[in-house]
Amino acid sequence: MQENQTVENAKPGDEKHVLMLVLFWAYVLIPLAWGVTQTIKKAMALFA
Amino acid sequence: MSGFFSKERITASPHYNRWLIPPAALAVHLCIGQAYAFSVFNEPLTRILGVTESLPEDWKLTTLGWIFSLAIVFLGLSAAFAGKWLEKVGPRRTMFTAACCFGGGLILSAVGVHYHQIWLLYLGYGVIGGCGLGLGYVSPVSTLIKWFPDRRGMATGMAIMGFGGGAMIGSPLAVALMKHFQTDTSVGVTEAFVVMGVLYFISMMIGSLAIRVPPDGWKPEGWTAPTESKSMVTTRDVHIDESLKTPQFYLLWVMLCFNVTAGIGILGQASVMLQEMFKGRVTVEAAAGFVGLLSLFNMAGRFIWSSSSDYLGRKNTYFIFFALGAVLYCLLPQFSHAGNMVLFIASCAVVLSMYGGGFSTIPAYLADIFGTKYVGGIHGRLLTAWSTAGVLGPVLINYIREYQIDHGVAKADAYTFTLYIMACLLAVAFVCNLLMKGVNPKHYIERRATPRDLF
Repeated sequence: MQENQTVENAKPGDEKHVLMLVLFWAYVLIPLAWGVTQTIKKAMALFA
Repeated sequence: MSGFFSKERITASPHYNRWLIPPAALAVHLCIGQAYAFSVFNEPLTRILGVTESLPEDWKLTTLGWIFSLAIVFLGLSAAFAGKWLEKVGPRRTMFTAACCFGGGLILSAVGVHYHQIWLLYLGYGVIGGCGLGLGYVSPVSTLIKWFPDRRGMATGMAIMGFGGGAMIGSPLAVALMKHFQTDTSVGVTEAFVVMGVLYFISMMIGSLAIRVPPDGWKPEGWTAPTESKSMVTTRDVHIDESLKTPQFYLLWVMLCFNVTAGIGILGQASVMLQEMFKGRVTVEAAAGFVGLLSLFNMAGRFIWSSSSDYLGRKNTYFIFFALGAVLYCLLPQFSHAGNMVLFIASCAVVLSMYGGGFSTIPAYLADIFGTKYVGGIHGRLLTAWSTAGVLGPVLINYIREYQIDHGVAKADAYTFTLYIMACLLAVAFVCNLLMKGVNPKHYIERRATPRDLF
């Protein structure tokens, strides 16, 4: 219930709302960026 | 507890920011995408008893191959059978179940490795984990379509791109964990399975907690639904069971099945194919790099093609996939004979981007044809096409190749016939797409029908 209220009470444009948006996107994009970097490193062998 | 999972509990307020939904979907898809990286465990799993080298009592690669095949079969079956349940209980409960199945499946597999019992891996990763894959795959996708009726392709592309990206995280993560836990008496697979099971469970739970469904009648500000006279996009809905009575479902089934089979034709044998078609010019490391490059294009294609379909139209996007794909499949042997490796690699990359695009655009196509209300359940049933292609595709390709080599065809040339067959499959899929039109109005649900009437 608590997390529901936290999200629902935040309005677009609120600092809390923007922070949550940034953190949540970072949470998924950072591991993805790491995985992509590892794959690019591997793929570079093709052009070596 | 049941209230915590209920649809009412996760119904967002009208001003909820819909951009919080894609990361919730990605949190799940980035985990279950690990399935495509399962092959990194294959070689270490053949040395569980011998550790440094494989003993006669160790598992063979042919035995281990069934783990992934089972996972793909149960992905399709669970998505098909649980689709109706998903629409009834909502995405939070489904994603929670997916987290339990996928994380739990990895833990059970760790027990199987510890006691060297292959049936526990079949049950753990193959059956239970496969169910987690199916449930985790469909539940956030249908929710995203409901949040982004104006950009359906982009929305499904974001989530399904995560499935492609999940392999890129899962592969180096597994290698790093096995290296970390490796000792003189263990290859480190057991511990790697446990750590990954726990990590993936937590990440999928975060996605499950963050997911929200839009309130009834919600639509983005300033957006109006397209009129049916202008396009194939419907504003009405077809029920899950009713969709099976339409030719459109089966046309889309064949399109997905053949697109996946054609993609697997390259992806499944990319490393060996490049080395044999350009003999003496490609090292093992470079061939591995080729596989990595294809994975990148597979992932990028999922987002780019699907987003583009919002502007090009779903039907036109699939026309491009099948026409351009068939042409490129026919050209690949020519590039090989001409020794033009750059064009060969570039063509394979484009083909793989369309393979990924085929996966990510299909839910948006379904939503256009059958409406958004039951798209999760219908998508789940359509995923049996993926299971079929995932199992039959490699068998067909390997059988044809073996047959040709046994009849005196050179290894490098044995790919030519296979690639032409892939082009033919895409040509058939092109015709299916050509036949696609709006659903007969008799299949639409009555506007007054309530969910209680339908489940």
